[in-house]
Amino acid sequence: MKRFDYIRPVSVDDAVAAFRPGAAYLGGGTNLLDLMKIGVIQPDTLIDLGRIAELGPIEMLPGGGARVGALVRNSDLAYDRAFAAAFPMVAEAILAGASGQLRNAATVGGNLMQKTRCAYFQDPHSACNRREPGSGCAARGGDNANLAVLGWSDACIATNPSDMCVPLAALGAVVEVQGPAGKRDIPIADFHQLPGDQPETETALQPGELVIAIRLPTEAADFARNARYLKVRERTSFAFALVSVAAALKLDGQKIIAARIALGAVAAKPWRVTAAEDLLVGQAPTEEAFARAADALLEGARASGDNGYKIELARRAVIRALQMSAAGTPKRMPALPASPFGDVAEEHSHV
Amino acid sequence: MSYSISLTVNGAQRRVQLDDPRVTLLDLLRERLDLTGTKKGCDRGQCGACTVLVDGRRINSCLALAVTLDGADISTIEGLADGDTLHPVQAAFIEHDGFQCGYCTPGQIMSAVGLISEGHAGDDPERVREGMSGNLCRCAAYHGITEAVVDATRRMAETTERKSA
Repeated sequence: MKRFDYIRPVSVDDAVAAFRPGAAYLGGGTNLLDLMKIGVIQPDTLIDLGRIAELGPIEMLPGGGARVGALVRNSDLAYDRAFAAAFPMVAEAILAGASGQLRNAATVGGNLMQKTRCAYFQDPHSACNRREPGSGCAARGGDNANLAVLGWSDACIATNPSDMCVPLAALGAVVEVQGPAGKRDIPIADFHQLPGDQPETETALQPGELVIAIRLPTEAADFARNARYLKVRERTSFAFALVSVAAALKLDGQKIIAARIALGAVAAKPWRVTAAEDLLVGQAPTEEAFARAADALLEGARASGDNGYKIELARRAVIRALQMSAAGTPKRMPALPASPFGDVAEEHSHV
Repeated sequence: MSYSISLTVNGAQRRVQLDDPRVTLLDLLRERLDLTGTKKGCDRGQCGACTVLVDGRRINSCLALAVTLDGADISTIEGLADGDTLHPVQAAFIEHDGFQCGYCTPGQIMSAVGLISEGHAGDDPERVREGMSGNLCRCAAYHGITEAVVDATRRMAETTERKSA
């Protein structure tokens, strides 16, 4: 690991003022420190955010929304009773990710900022346009079975690995950031960038900008009764998704009033298409209606390598996740969160 | 630049001078404080062998920089037993054959202690397996590990009930 200077500001203002090109903000460190050890990221200064109290709180907002500070640990958010009751698929997605130890350290801001798990990005000896612009993409001719099928370019076929960001995208979360030019809001749909011909630009953040909180809008809480996260992976726990789905419905009897759907692990950002959600409005929650929405969501999907299977897998996962959400949010977090092998006989909150 | 930090390690105050901020908590424990019970497996947060409690929460000590932990309360496997009396989780691992080679065991036990105090798994074997998935065991003693954690959870709950009765 390259030597760095270490500073520990106690306010966001001080953290931003301390930023210089070459510096990196440190949250829980579970991704950043790992990448520093293998030489993928080599900051010359670490700005430790761990003692900044203003980044800490979870606030339930009047009217139904929430504001979550960037330094809230993943496990603290998932097990916050009020938050998990209002946004159950966010809690389920967080608990479907990583391990107990990692969730205790990893932060909400760090989850938004985490890097792709593409093996070639993580190997400094491989060509990777995302890590080293212009060097090429070793993944195109390499092991790409779990890489992107939507929104990819010839320059980069990496996927965003986050579970938490998938339901946040479905629910229209807003990312609050602060930087040298002050504070601003970034809709989560605009936060992660598709690769295009500049895959090294991973987020909408400007140099020195820092995630300070995420906000869930009031209407996001309308989906609490019918909201699920489904994660398909090679083993049931502690593995990244091949495909994941956040699916939520607002039902009036047997009629869908509103729907929210986002796909994870298929693109460099959580994949949401509001036109696919609109197809469900006014429909009964049937497999046929869900299949039409899935097709619309996956429009334009194409294999970037040996990953064409993910398109059909995603289509079926969307239908399954919508069926799970139509059945109702479980009263208690399933023993295996987000698993297709979860206990489907558990009691549901709406009956 | 040198960094001075103070830690409570297994109940004892330790003051440490770090001449390099790159030192992880894992390396500090093993190389500087001679607490080699905490194991280095992958050094990347994937195997769980380095699990310790920081302020009562289980984390991977390989992914925590020591310099960030100034003032923290650290518990390692060395501090778990009460003299010659094993902690209930340690006793349960022996009773249920929760290990074979033993390399992952300190991390497994510290992770189990953390899991039990989190209180979300209870004595449901499926929830225990899910909660312990951050600890790999290449001898595959998983069956015994799950039994040990379930058993220790029950015994610790009984002890708490007796104390509060």
